[in-house]
Amino acid sequence: MNDRNARIRSILVPVLSVILGLIIGAILMAVFGFNPVIGYQSMLNASLGNLRSIGETLRQATPLIFTALGFSIANSAGFFNIGLSGQALCGWLASVSFALVFPDLPKVVLLPLCIIAGALAGALAAAVPGFLRAYFGTSEVIVTIMMNYVVLYLSTFILQDVMPESFRSSLDSSNRITENASLNMEGLSRFFGGSRVNAGLFLALIGLVLVWFIMKKTTLGYEIRAVGLSPNASEYAGMSSKRTIILSMVLSGTFAGLGGVVEGLGTYQNFFVQTESLSIGFDGLAVSLLGAGSSIGILLSALLFSVLQIGGLGMQTGAGVPFEIVNVVIALIIFFVAISYIMRVLLAKIMPDKRKEEVVQNLESTSGKQDGKGGGL
Amino acid sequence: MSTVGLISLILTSALVYSTPLILTALGGTFSERSGIVNVGLEGIMVMGAFSGIVFNLESAGRFGGWTPWIGIIVGGLVGMLFSLLHAVATVSFRADHIISGTVVNLMAPALGVFLIKVWYGKGQTDNIDSNLGYFSFPGLEDIPIIGDIFFKNTFLPAYLAIGIAIVAWYVISKTRFGLRLRSVGEHPQAADTLGVNVYLFRYSGVLLSGLLGGMGGAIFAQSISGNFSAGTIVGQGYISLAAMIFGKWNPLGAMGAAIFFGFAQSLSIIGAQLPVISSIPPVLLQIAPYLLTIIVLVLFLGRSSGPQASGKNYVKSK
Repeated sequence: MNDRNARIRSILVPVLSVILGLIIGAILMAVFGFNPVIGYQSMLNASLGNLRSIGETLRQATPLIFTALGFSIANSAGFFNIGLSGQALCGWLASVSFALVFPDLPKVVLLPLCIIAGALAGALAAAVPGFLRAYFGTSEVIVTIMMNYVVLYLSTFILQDVMPESFRSSLDSSNRITENASLNMEGLSRFFGGSRVNAGLFLALIGLVLVWFIMKKTTLGYEIRAVGLSPNASEYAGMSSKRTIILSMVLSGTFAGLGGVVEGLGTYQNFFVQTESLSIGFDGLAVSLLGAGSSIGILLSALLFSVLQIGGLGMQTGAGVPFEIVNVVIALIIFFVAISYIMRVLLAKIMPDKRKEEVVQNLESTSGKQDGKGGGL
Repeated sequence: MSTVGLISLILTSALVYSTPLILTALGGTFSERSGIVNVGLEGIMVMGAFSGIVFNLESAGRFGGWTPWIGIIVGGLVGMLFSLLHAVATVSFRADHIISGTVVNLMAPALGVFLIKVWYGKGQTDNIDSNLGYFSFPGLEDIPIIGDIFFKNTFLPAYLAIGIAIVAWYVISKTRFGLRLRSVGEHPQAADTLGVNVYLFRYSGVLLSGLLGGMGGAIFAQSISGNFSAGTIVGQGYISLAAMIFGKWNPLGAMGAAIFFGFAQSLSIIGAQLPVISSIPPVLLQIAPYLLTIIVLVLFLGRSSGPQASGKNYVKSK
C-alpha cells in the first residue's frame, strides 16, 4: 500500500509540474492581455489539429528523444552533460559534410555511413570532457559548456572557410544533400500531409529501446549505474571508473550526435550557420529530467515538448501570444521538477497513507542530492 | 597609429569587455563562497541587460546623461529579484544547483523576449540613445603618456568594477560577514552549530550574485550591444563563471581573470586593426576564451578546489 503510494507520488510529480507550468503560463498570458483559453486552444490545434501538424510534432520530437537519451546516459553515471548542443551540432555538421563529399554512393551505403559519421562526431566531442574528467578531474559541466561555444564558432568557420565553395549555396548555408543520404520518406511524409516527419523517427524509437536494453540488461549499463550510485564502491568492486566515465560520456555524445544527424539528414537536408547553441541540446536536457531518465518517460515528455513548441508557433499566429511563452513554460516545468522534494513532502502529507508521518520524516531528513562530490565546479 | 594610441585602444576596448565579466564573476564568487553553485549567471546577465535597456529606452528623456548609470542599478535590482528563483530552489527547496541554474538560463531569454514582444511588438528593441560612453578624468588625462593610456577617453564603469572587486575582496576576507559567508560554504554544519544562520547567508550569497550579475548584464547591453534581443548575451555569463574558477574563488583573482578574458574577447573585435593579430584567423580569437578556460582547468586546477560544501544542499538536522 505504502509502496504503491510512493510510486503514484513519483508519477504525480512530473504530471503536477506540467500542470503547474501550464497554469503559470496561463496567468502570464492573462496578465499581459491575452486569452489563455484561446491561446492553449490554438496551441493544441496547431500541434495536433490535423495530420500535417501531427507529423510536424512527431518530427520535432525526434531529435529531442536522442538528446534526452544522451543526457540520461551520462546522468546515470552521475555526470551532467551540458554539451548536448555542441555534440548535436558536431553530428549535424559531420553527417551533412559526409553526404556532400560522397554524393553519389548508393543509398544503402551512403545513408548508414552518414549516420555513423554524425554519431562518431558527437561521440568524439563528448569524449574530450569525459577524458578530462577521468584523468584530470576537470568538471565536465564547465568543459561541456565551453565546448558548446567552441563547436558553435568552429562549425561556422568550417562551413565558410574549410568547405570548398562548390559545397555551398550561399555563405551561410551548404548545398542540399542528395536523396541517397536523406532520411526523407516520401510515403510517410505524404501520409502526414506533406510534413517533414522522416525515418529519423524510427531511429529514435529504436534508440529508446536500445538505451533501455543497454542500461538495464548489459554489464556496461550496470557499471554505468554503479559508478553513478557510488564511484568508490564500484572502484572497490573492481570496475574501472575511469573507463566507465569515458564510455558513458562517449555513449551520451553518440546519442546527442544522432540528434543532430536527424536534423541534418531529416528535417533540413543541409547545414547552415547557427547563431546560438542548438536548442535541442537544452531542450533534451529538460525532456530527460521531466521523463526521469526512463525510456518511456523520455518518449512521453519529448512528445509533450514538441506539442508545446509546434503549438507555440501556432499560438503566435492564431492567438497573437509571443512564441517565447512556450520556453517560459518549459523552464517552469523543469523548475517544478527540480524542487520535487517540496512537492513530494506536500503530496505525502495530502495523500492517505498509514505511514505518512514516517514518509514525511524520511523525505525531510534526506537531502535532495548528496553526491558527495562537493568542491564546487 | 602611434604606439601610445595603439596601447590605449587595446586597453580601453579590453576594459569595456572586461567590466561585465568582472562584476558577474564577483557575483559568482559570492554565491559559491556561500556554497551555492550558480551556473545561472548567464540568465541573470540576460535579465540585467533586458531591464537596463528597457529602462534606458523609457526614461532617457527624464534622466539625460544619468540614464545608463541608473540603468545599471535597475539591471542589478532586477537581476537580484530574478536570482531569488535560484535561491529559493537551492537553499529552501533542495533543488540540484546545476538544474536550477539551467532553469534560470532557459527562463531569462524567453521571458525577456516575451516581454519585449508584448511591449514593443517586435523581437528586439530599438537602439538606445544614451549609452555608457567614454570618459576622461579631469586633470589626470593631462599626464603625459599615462594620462593618454589610462585616463583619456576611457571606460568609467571599468574603474567602478575594479573598485567593487577590491571592496568584495575586503568584505569576503576581512569582515565578519565574509567570514560567516565562507564558513557556510566550507562547513555548514559547523557554522550552524556556532549559531550562523546558514540559510540566511546562502540567500545573501545568491542575491549578491544576482545584483552584480544584473549590473554586469546592464553594462554589457548599454555599452556593447546597444539594444536587447535573444542574442544579446552569448556566453558572457559562462565566461564569468570560468573567470571565477580561474581566479580560484578569490575576488581579486576573479577580477584578473575577467580582465584577461575581456581582453581575449575584445581581440576578436578590434583584432583587424592590430598588427600581427590581424593575421590570426578570427575564429581562433572567437574561441580563445573558451579554449583557454578548458586548458587552464586542466593545467592549473585539476581537481576542483572550490569551497568544500559548494553544490551541496544543507539540511538542518533536528
